[in-house]
Amino acid sequence: MAFEPVLMRNVGVPNSTSLDVYKSSGGYAGAAKALAMQPGDVVDLVKKANLRGRGGAGFPAGIKWTFLPAERDITYLCVNADESEPPTFCNRITIESDPHMLLEGILIAGFATRTTVAYIYMRGEFMEQFHILQKAVDEAYAAGYFGRNILSSGYDLECYIHRGAGAYVCGEETGLIESLEGKRGWPRIKPPFPAVEGLFHKPTVVNNVETLACLPHIFTRGLDWWLSLGTENSKGPKMYCVSGPVNRPGCYEAPLGLSVRELIYGEDFGGGIRDGKKVKVVLPGGISMGALRGDTFPKNPGDEPDPTQDYDELDCRLDFDDVRRYGLLGLGTAAAVVVPEDADMRDVLLNLARFYAHESCGQCTQCREGTSWMYKVARRIAAGAGRACDLDLLVEVTENMGMMPGMSICGLPDGAAWPVRTIVQKFRKEFEEHIRAQSPQAAAEVIRRTNPAAYDLPILGPGHRLAPREVVQS
Amino acid sequence: MAWETINRRTIADEDLGPGLTVAIKDKIRAFLPRYPSKRAVLLPALHITQEALGRITLRSMREIAELLEMPPSAVMDVVTFYSHFWTKPRGKKLICVCRSLTCELMGGKRLLDVLKERLGIDEGETTPDGEYSLMTEECLAACEYGPCMLINEKLHKCVSPADLDGILADPNNDKLDMPRSDLFDPPGHGM
Ligand SMILES: Cc1cc2nc3c(=O)[nH]c(=O)nc-3n(C[C@H](O)[C@H](O)[C@H](O)COP(=O)(O)O)c2cc1C
Ligand code: SF4
Repeated sequence: MAFEPVLMRNVGVPNSTSLDVYKSSGGYAGAAKALAMQPGDVVDLVKKANLRGRGGAGFPAGIKWTFLPAERDITYLCVNADESEPPTFCNRITIESDPHMLLEGILIAGFATRTTVAYIYMRGEFMEQFHILQKAVDEAYAAGYFGRNILSSGYDLECYIHRGAGAYVCGEETGLIESLEGKRGWPRIKPPFPAVEGLFHKPTVVNNVETLACLPHIFTRGLDWWLSLGTENSKGPKMYCVSGPVNRPGCYEAPLGLSVRELIYGEDFGGGIRDGKKVKVVLPGGISMGALRGDTFPKNPGDEPDPTQDYDELDCRLDFDDVRRYGLLGLGTAAAVVVPEDADMRDVLLNLARFYAHESCGQCTQCREGTSWMYKVARRIAAGAGRACDLDLLVEVTENMGMMPGMSICGLPDGAAWPVRTIVQKFRKEFEEHIRAQSPQAAAEVIRRTNPAAYDLPILGPGHRLAPREVVQS
Repeated sequence: MAWETINRRTIADEDLGPGLTVAIKDKIRAFLPRYPSKRAVLLPALHITQEALGRITLRSMREIAELLEMPPSAVMDVVTFYSHFWTKPRGKKLICVCRSLTCELMGGKRLLDVLKERLGIDEGETTPDGEYSLMTEECLAACEYGPCMLINEKLHKCVSPADLDGILADPNNDKLDMPRSDLFDPPGHGM
C-alpha cells in the first residue's frame, strides 16, 4: 500500500500558505469536528491514537494533557518552534509551506486543554518564516479560528508568536517558559512540572510543531487510519530530514519506522551519497541521540544488533524503540546527518563538542564543566596532541554528566554525552590510529606553543608570535 | 594594583548611547496586551530596539527597564544571555555563517575562510567602512541547503565561494522580498 503524505501534502503547492488553499484541501475540518466534541473526548481520542511528542522526548501528548490540574481557570499552550537541534528543519518546512496546519493543530490542542492563550515560541533566526506565520495567524483571526466564540462553540483562544533570540537551551520546555517570561533561558528544576506550574505560574502545556500538526489528520482521517501507520508503539506519519553529502538532501514524510538505510539510499528519500561514496557514520536523530556506524563496516551476520561490534548499523528503524537497540538515546527529531567515508572523525567530534560547550547554559556544574572539557579534549585530539588516555577521559566525562546520572537540571548534557560517547566507542580504533601516528615531538610542540586544552585559544600556526599571556604556564 | 570599577550611576551621559524614540516606545507598548506580565515583553522590546538602533545601548536598557517596570540589571542580564543581542556597534549588515556539522561537511569552513579573505576581517570583526560584520552561528535549520549563511534577515542557500562576489555586490543581499508583518521592522531601519 503506497503511503500518501499528509503532513507534507501541501509542500510545493502554489500559495500553500494561504487560508484558501489550505481550506480547499479540507483544512480546518478536523478542528470543526473536534470543537463539536467535549474537550475530555478530544483528549481521549488523542490518547487512543498514542500520539507521541515529535520534539525529541516522545512523550504521549494525550497523557501529558491529563496532567493538568482539574481545577484551573487559566491554561497556557506553548508551541515549541525553537527547532535548534542540528540538523533538523522539519518544523521550518511546516511553517513555511503549511502554516495553517500548525494553527489548526493549536486550535484542537487548545480546545482539548481549555487553553486561554497559545504562544508560539519561534527561534530568532526564522525571519521569512515569522512573516509567513504571522500572516497566517492574522488570516485565522479574521476567519474566526482564533479570538472569541470560535466556530460558535463558545470557546475563546488567543494566539501570539514570540520570537526567540538565539539559544539552543530555549528549546527545552522550561527554558522556553523562562525565556517567554522575559528572563534568560535557564531551565527550571522539576517538579513542579509545567502542567502544574508553568508559564506565569499557571498550568502549561508545551508541544512541538509537528506534534500539533498531526492533530487535524487524526480527526479528519480517523483513528483506524492513524493506527495503521507505523510500528507497535510508534504510530503515525513522521517528517524525516536527511542532510550532508547525499544526492537529495531534504525532508521526507513516511510512517514511523523507516530504516536509516532507506532514508539515505531510497530513491524517494536521500538517493544515495554523492560520488558513490559510502557512509562512515550517521547521526540519525539530530546530533544529540548518538551515532550509528555506516556501510563502510561489514554487515552483521546475526539478527540482533550489537553496538559493541564493528558492524554496519544502517538497518536501524527510526521509531521510538528500535533506536535503543543500537545504543542511541532515543528517536530525537529523526533528522539524519550523513558523514561520508573520507571525513576525519576528529573534526566530527570537535564540531559536536563545540556545539554543546557553546550552548550549555551554565547553571549546573557537571554540564558546564563537562561540555567544556569535552571540547577542550576534542581540540587537543584534533590539533594532533591527543593522548591515548583522552579517549577514556571522554567516556568518563560523558558518564558523569546529565540527567540520567542525576547530575543536571535539563537533558542537554545527556544529548551531549551520547554522540561523544558513541563516536569515541564506535570509532576508537580510528582515534587510536591518529594518536599513534602523531610524532611525540610534534605533539609536545603543539602543547608547548599553545595550550590546546584552553577553551578559546587559537591553535597557532608556525609563523605566529606568542603574546606573553598565550604562553602556557608549566 | 588598584581595582578600577565602573559605577553605573556615573557613566558619562554621552557614553550611554542613543535611547528609545517615541516610535520605538509605541511599538513596544503595542505588545503589552499580549502578556499578563510586563516583563514578558522584554524579548520583543529588545528585538524592536536593536532593529532601530543597530544595538542595545546602555540608555535603551535603562529606558526599557523603566517601561517594563523591572531593574536595568535584569535587562542587561537578558541582553548578554542571548547571542542575538549585542551592545557594541556592528556593521550595517551582519553575515552569520552556519557552522553546524552538516554545513561544515558541505564546505562551510572554506566558505568562512574565503569570506574572511574577501572582507579582510576575522570572525567577530567589522569592516573599516562599517558595512559588514562577520560571525558564525549554530545550525540555521536550513541543512538541506548547506552551506548557508544569513545576511541580516536573508538566508543565502548552497553558497559556494564562487557565488560570493555576486552576493556581496548586491545591495539588497540582506532584505526579504516578501510581504512582511509590521510588528517588527527590518534591521537598520531608523538608523
Ligand atoms: C536541550 C534541549 C533542547 C530542546 N530543543 C527542542 C526544540 O528545539 N524543539 C522541540 O520541539 N523540542 C525541544 N526539546 C524538547 C522539549 O523539552 C520538549 O520535550 C518538547 O517540546 C515537548 O513537545 P512534544 O511532547 O510535542 O515533543 C529540547 C529538549 C532539550 C533537553
Ligand atoms: S543541564 Fe546544562 S543546559 Fe541544562 S540547565 Fe543545567 S547547565 Fe543548563
